[in-house]
Amino acid sequence: MRARVLIRPKAGILDPQGVAVQRALPALGFDGVENVHIGRLIELDVEDPNQLRPMCEKLLANPLVEDYEIILD
Amino acid sequence: MKFGVLQFPGSCDEVDALHAAGKVGEAQLIWHGDRDLKGADAIVVPGGFSYGDYLRAGAIARFSPAMESVIEFAHEGGLVLGICNGFQVLCEARLLPGALLANANLRFTSRLLELDVVRTDTAFTRACAPDSAQAGRLMLRIPAKHAWGRYYADAETLAAIEGAGQVVLRYAPGQNFNGSLHDIAGVRNEHGNVFGLMPHPEHAVEELTGGSCDGLRIFESMRSAVEATALA
Amino acid sequence: MTGTHDPTLPSLEDALALGLTRAEYELVCEKQGGRAPNQIELAMYSLLWSEHCAYKHSRKLLRTLPTEGEHVVMGPGENAGAVDVGGGLVCAFKVESHNHPSAVEPFQGAATGVGGILRDIFAVGARPIAVLDSLRFGESSSPRSRYLLDGAVAGIGHYGNSIGVPTVGGELYFEAPYEHNCLVNVMALGLAARGRLVRSAASGPGNALVLFGAATGRDGIGGASVLASAELGEQGEGEQDKRPTVQVGDPFEEKKLMECSLELLDRGLLVALQDLGAAGLTSSAGEMASKGGVGLDLDVAKVPLREPDMEPFEVMVSESQERMLCVVEPANVEAVIELCQKWEVGGAAIGEVTAGGQLRVLRDGELVGEMPVAALVDECPLYDLDPRKPEEPIYPPPPAAAELSYASPPRELLLALLSCANLCSRRPLFEQYDSIVQSRTVRGPEQADAAVLVLADASALAVSIDCNGRRVAADPYTGTVAAVLECAANLACVGAEPLGTTNNLNFANPEKPHVAWQMTESVRGLGDACRALRAPIVGGNVSLYNEGATGPIYPTPVIGMVGRLPDARRAGRLGFAFPGDEIALVGPLRHSLAASELAKLLGEPLPDGLPEIDLEAVGAAQLAVREAVRAGALSSAHDVAEGGVAVALAECCLIGGLGAQVELPEGLWEPAPLPLPPDPASRDAVPPLLTAALFGEGSGSFLVSGDAAAVRALGERVAVLSIGRVGDDVLSIVEGGALAGTMLTLTLDELADAYASLAELFS
Repeated sequence: MRARVLIRPKAGILDPQGVAVQRALPALGFDGVENVHIGRLIELDVEDPNQLRPMCEKLLANPLVEDYEIILD
Repeated sequence: MKFGVLQFPGSCDEVDALHAAGKVGEAQLIWHGDRDLKGADAIVVPGGFSYGDYLRAGAIARFSPAMESVIEFAHEGGLVLGICNGFQVLCEARLLPGALLANANLRFTSRLLELDVVRTDTAFTRACAPDSAQAGRLMLRIPAKHAWGRYYADAETLAAIEGAGQVVLRYAPGQNFNGSLHDIAGVRNEHGNVFGLMPHPEHAVEELTGGSCDGLRIFESMRSAVEATALA
Repeated sequence: MTGTHDPTLPSLEDALALGLTRAEYELVCEKQGGRAPNQIELAMYSLLWSEHCAYKHSRKLLRTLPTEGEHVVMGPGENAGAVDVGGGLVCAFKVESHNHPSAVEPFQGAATGVGGILRDIFAVGARPIAVLDSLRFGESSSPRSRYLLDGAVAGIGHYGNSIGVPTVGGELYFEAPYEHNCLVNVMALGLAARGRLVRSAASGPGNALVLFGAATGRDGIGGASVLASAELGEQGEGEQDKRPTVQVGDPFEEKKLMECSLELLDRGLLVALQDLGAAGLTSSAGEMASKGGVGLDLDVAKVPLREPDMEPFEVMVSESQERMLCVVEPANVEAVIELCQKWEVGGAAIGEVTAGGQLRVLRDGELVGEMPVAALVDECPLYDLDPRKPEEPIYPPPPAAAELSYASPPRELLLALLSCANLCSRRPLFEQYDSIVQSRTVRGPEQADAAVLVLADASALAVSIDCNGRRVAADPYTGTVAAVLECAANLACVGAEPLGTTNNLNFANPEKPHVAWQMTESVRGLGDACRALRAPIVGGNVSLYNEGATGPIYPTPVIGMVGRLPDARRAGRLGFAFPGDEIALVGPLRHSLAASELAKLLGEPLPDGLPEIDLEAVGAAQLAVREAVRAGALSSAHDVAEGGVAVALAECCLIGGLGAQVELPEGLWEPAPLPLPPDPASRDAVPPLLTAALFGEGSGSFLVSGDAAAVRALGERVAVLSIGRVGDDVLSIVEGGALAGTMLTLTLDELADAYASLAELFS
């Protein structure tokens, strides 16, 4: 089945990419934007969805500094 | 004294590390696919872009057969030095606490830096003698060149490693371009046999090309530590 | 061509859409034996007969350049040229451009530019050891320029740093004519053992053709999309998206490709090697066959693909990056594929060398296209240029800095120049590059006028890349001579003797007479200067049609030069080194404000022509400085270039971290032979002689420092004028003689503040 893993920087860790994008938007005419964070999307076909959590813990994310969210399609 | 320098697909500074280590002892390359560490007394995990920094820097290299052997070697007390990408690999492998994140200035930055030596009683800094002191501070001039070098650990971990004296090098005031917490440039593990730093000591071993020979002291420290263990 | 047109074949309209002229199309039909080319044949002809691949408008001109010399080991025509550098080593080097892609997508355009030039170097069997970048954008006030600059620098850094090749030097200019046509030129050098260089000529009918590296996708096909889809002439919706015009590079893939290529060559497994660049398999296969006088059979079904359902023409024209083509004896094919597997790089036998000189494209064994190699590669019509000097100025004058004039206090003029985008420190740029990996860099950015790389025998290579497009626009012949001399002067400052030259000719539309004139005069100057310096051209690149609605770029022949110095420890430095050292100007002092940075700052239009250069005097000065640096007689040596003597002094102070006390004798300057046209606005029409002395530009003079006796000893060989002493932390320049008085005093901090202005462009 198809799965998506969203990986986000943990709250509280400085996210300079998110800050940079947040700063750039008003200059392009987009106001009122806050709380921008940049993460990663991993898409994969898996036979056994139970493997997804250990995959995230071991390789796909670094749990020290990242949170992950598994979405099954 | 035998150094083993790991080589992953995408390693760049392994050649430089080999050259630097070769000034202090014998040095040879260890292919990522080999489990055999060839009798090395100390391992160097070099700088570069192993596996293209895919997914996260060091995330894939940590699972290589050679690294499996290095993890075992470290657990048995063997000396392991991680430089830049090597530091990232050691953190991913959980041989060192914390993680390296994107530079606060968001750019790859290459600069000759001043580093404060926090302690000289480690296997990696014991040769940083008082004659490298300036204005009362023990300093090393070593270049750094990276885009992902911001040292991070959560508050609890930070307190623990500071308390246990695991911080070995800090960026001197004004030198911290990547935003590392507590200006941490290099940390060791609790046991003291594994050490990682973002700057590149292998690029400060010759006046002609480095402008500084301070980096050599780190390799000399390792030799001295190995010799001391051999005598004990 | 007679008879009715076969509706299953592309039409003349398709040929025109692909860029062929009517006459060229008819010639193709003739070469195909009187029949119209099919889809794949037309695609391949249109690419190989394009200006980019065939050099239709420049080839005849390039034949006038000097290409032979005592150090030349490989001249133009191969993937890169090479010179002997002693110690059993040769240095392969070349410069190339990636201008149009960088204007579309600066990060990937510049990154793939680096990738491409590196492949050219290891394609001849040399290990790349350094990269230099030469960049030009519109004025720094333009948001587009800042966007392109940021992207290009990030892209070059990304690719060069990741693959482990240091970027050791370069140049950056901001001029309005480049606003819509930026220039991104990249030079690379590599080392190989003498006698181990590899050529690209395919040979040995029956030998295998092996493609290795990344899989092939639809990169760069965009322009050929008119040929797409099952129904010729129609395009389904969404087809355009499938064929991006941008090529995306992967330095990690190229690192593996490089190690694999070098090991294949080391083990003697290859007969010939060629990299895939513009026009992909079409040009690589075609050129390999042409050089070897052989034919090739190539089966597109055997090419590893990363996109499904690619048509044969797409496979042949794809510009997917990080791929190489080689010829292998059948007995070695297995070993080659195994080595590719070791380096985790794809490898597949896709064809065979044949006799008979035909390039045949097959799909699963079925013939889909056939062309004579000679027709495809060598028989593209070449065109003569129709040069005519323009009667009216082509380029609008630059905007003037409002508050300044020639009569402004020199202090203000110097600060304005130091902080202007063309002169200020490039530190915020070069700190994004790794300039030290491989541990060879003895002199890197902002340490000396040329980069210096140590070799195993303790001698060193020096390299520089230079061109001032504005000066070439003012006088294509003299401006180009000046660019070549600039390169050689930079080499002299570190103690190096020039060995060979590479060039990237960046010009506008050659079919226009004024551009043809620029090209012809420029190439004439290039030839004369290289002959005078005995630094022949070993290879290069041409990029034409760099113009848009707002007009042409400045004619920009970018020059790259490699030299050698016998003792790396004696490499020269730029900055002042010791308080008390004497400072002197060495060489002919024929400086003029014509086409200078100050003239630009003040909004002057380009002059018509530049003062003539005394090649002999300049050569003698370069030789004298080179020898003095080699002998260790000087503490520093710096070429006086843009901004003139005052800016050169400021640079020496800033980089050395030391001030200087300078006195300029009255009447020392030769009057400028070309007075500037009077400024119609109410400003002083004629620049004071001393403004010209401080900021005038010209070839051949150097600013040196050292022990007084050593400096004066230079006077036995060349004109030397002592002008002051190194010391303190201020730069002060006074005027000697009857008009004695202080012209300017600036602290090092004030100079540094002005010099740091580039940082704001990288927010």
